Amino acid sequence: MATNESLYLRRRIKNILALTLSMVATLIGLFFLAWILWETLRQGISAIDFKLFTKITAYGEDGGLANAMIGSLIIDFIGIAIATPIGVLAGAWLAEYANRTKLGESIRFLNDILLSAPSIVLGLFVYTIVVLPTTALTGGSTTFSGFAGGVALALIALPVIVRTTDEMLRLVPSTLREAALSLGVPQWKLTMNILMRAARSGIITGVLLALARISGETAPLLFTAFGNNYMTFNPMDKMSSLPQVIYQYANDPGEAMHAIAWAGAFVVTMFVLLLSLASRLVLSRNKVSHD
Amino acid sequence: MQAEQSAVAPVIAPPTERALRDARNDRLFGWLLKACALIVLASLLGAAGATLWGGRHAFGTFGWHFLGDATWDPGNDHYGALVPVYGTIATSFIALLIAVPVSFGIALYLSEVAPPWLRTPVGSAIELLAGIPSIIYGMWGLFIFAPFFSDHIKPFLANYLGNKPESGHPTWIAEHTFVGKLFGSDYPFGASVLTAGIVLAIMIIPFISSVMREVFQTVPTRLKESAYALGSSTWEVSWDIVLPYTRSAVIGGIFLGLGRALGETMAVTFVLGNAMQLSASLLDPGASIASTIANQFSEAAGLQKSSLMALAFLLFVVTFIVLLIARLMLRRLALKEGR
Repeated sequence: MATNESLYLRRRIKNILALTLSMVATLIGLFFLAWILWETLRQGISAIDFKLFTKITAYGEDGGLANAMIGSLIIDFIGIAIATPIGVLAGAWLAEYANRTKLGESIRFLNDILLSAPSIVLGLFVYTIVVLPTTALTGGSTTFSGFAGGVALALIALPVIVRTTDEMLRLVPSTLREAALSLGVPQWKLTMNILMRAARSGIITGVLLALARISGETAPLLFTAFGNNYMTFNPMDKMSSLPQVIYQYANDPGEAMHAIAWAGAFVVTMFVLLLSLASRLVLSRNKVSHD
Repeated sequence: MQAEQSAVAPVIAPPTERALRDARNDRLFGWLLKACALIVLASLLGAAGATLWGGRHAFGTFGWHFLGDATWDPGNDHYGALVPVYGTIATSFIALLIAVPVSFGIALYLSEVAPPWLRTPVGSAIELLAGIPSIIYGMWGLFIFAPFFSDHIKPFLANYLGNKPESGHPTWIAEHTFVGKLFGSDYPFGASVLTAGIVLAIMIIPFISSVMREVFQTVPTRLKESAYALGSSTWEVSWDIVLPYTRSAVIGGIFLGLGRALGETMAVTFVLGNAMQLSASLLDPGASIASTIANQFSEAAGLQKSSLMALAFLLFVVTFIVLLIARLMLRRLALKEGR
């Protein structure tokens, strides 16, 4: 009896201890989230300033981030513009044409690997296939470019879009396909006009998530878009981007540069968080409309 | 019968042209889609091929010694991969050591312990951590965490566990075990292998915990209820029922986190110190493959550039293998589920 009691007590203590530790682990996670967001907000808001949006980085401490913001928008746009059609079509192939075939399964599998592949290596890949050839072709006058940066970001956005499109299309009920096919609709029309429309909000979510992912990406831009202290709208020119300027300014010894870097970090974080919020809203709105 | 069919045939004839056109379009469309899907394959092969091709001079010059050589000397044009390889492995290992138990705790709390109304908001908050760009982790690490670390955590570790404490008298554990070497350091700043490992751990916690949480929810309720009915406590159900059932996927999730940690660039570059030196101490600065590339590639030329490409190739191959294992492990549970 006594041993039973003590065994029971020991098990209860162990249980309470483990559950308390699990709560502590969650609190640790939340604590770091709060700490990082709080510092970004605090340092960012105190450094935010009108000239941030009007002046370019060439002025250094007295300058802003206008060219970096424009550069980021252009590079991100190029990345999404390249990755979206390719990713959506590839996702459609996985879901509609190659579902359960060997090649389809392998590509779905490899896509998941590309999803977490080191972005810096993808940057070096684009350096090799875009920057080096353009340098050779133009005799060295065009080297790094915003376009190359966009291609690098497209490679990072691609697996996100492929995966969401694939998943969303597979969620479309097969009765829809059967109904369309029985009316004699060719498969390409079925895919483009019916299934894509049914899965539209899911695909948009994927594109938004991909945009959120690439807009904070720094590493691959260092040797593709490189950076530029002046405003440029020409995608074949060197181009700066917010993350790259943040990286450069944070490594600068000057305090004033750090403040600008924090302001940039604040802008990037807000942009990314709003995008992920927007993507959730798109998805949840769609769920409601189907109910 | 025969006559009837031949009578019907001409009626079908006009649509055949359209059917042929549709069939041709379908085939073309299928090829277009397949070509897009093959781009995924091409980018993986291309990334491996491009870095291998870029690194051919380094591999050719140094051969297998490249892997085991700790010198990285641009002055004499002599390069070895050991320092960055060690830095990458050490930081990722520390990150896993911290992130795995914490992630398990979070997944356990969110799937078994927390009241249902709390699960969604806390779960989304933890996932928010995964959405923060790595450059923000880097800045926070450089300006906030590294100074905090060098003011509060590092002196404590160095004095009680290190072999070079300020007092000059190392504690027993530091003098007689390897721990002393791990925590002994003369370096005064916060950037170190340990700092980078901690920042990496925070970055990969959301990835590992969300995989764990997801797979914990696939455990059949029947199985858990049976254990509860036999009188198991929540902890016993989690440890003896849930964890064994989901073991392969949990390992997959951990490897997924490892894959992230190995290739992470920005967060590490800021807090690792970028010193091309091999030190046994976790409190000394170091370098990782990704941070070395990020720091040196733009200004490198010739053999140095090739060596950096060779490093990138090594990184890509290792992360590919790690992620491959991760996906295979995750798939095992999915197969079990489908059965």
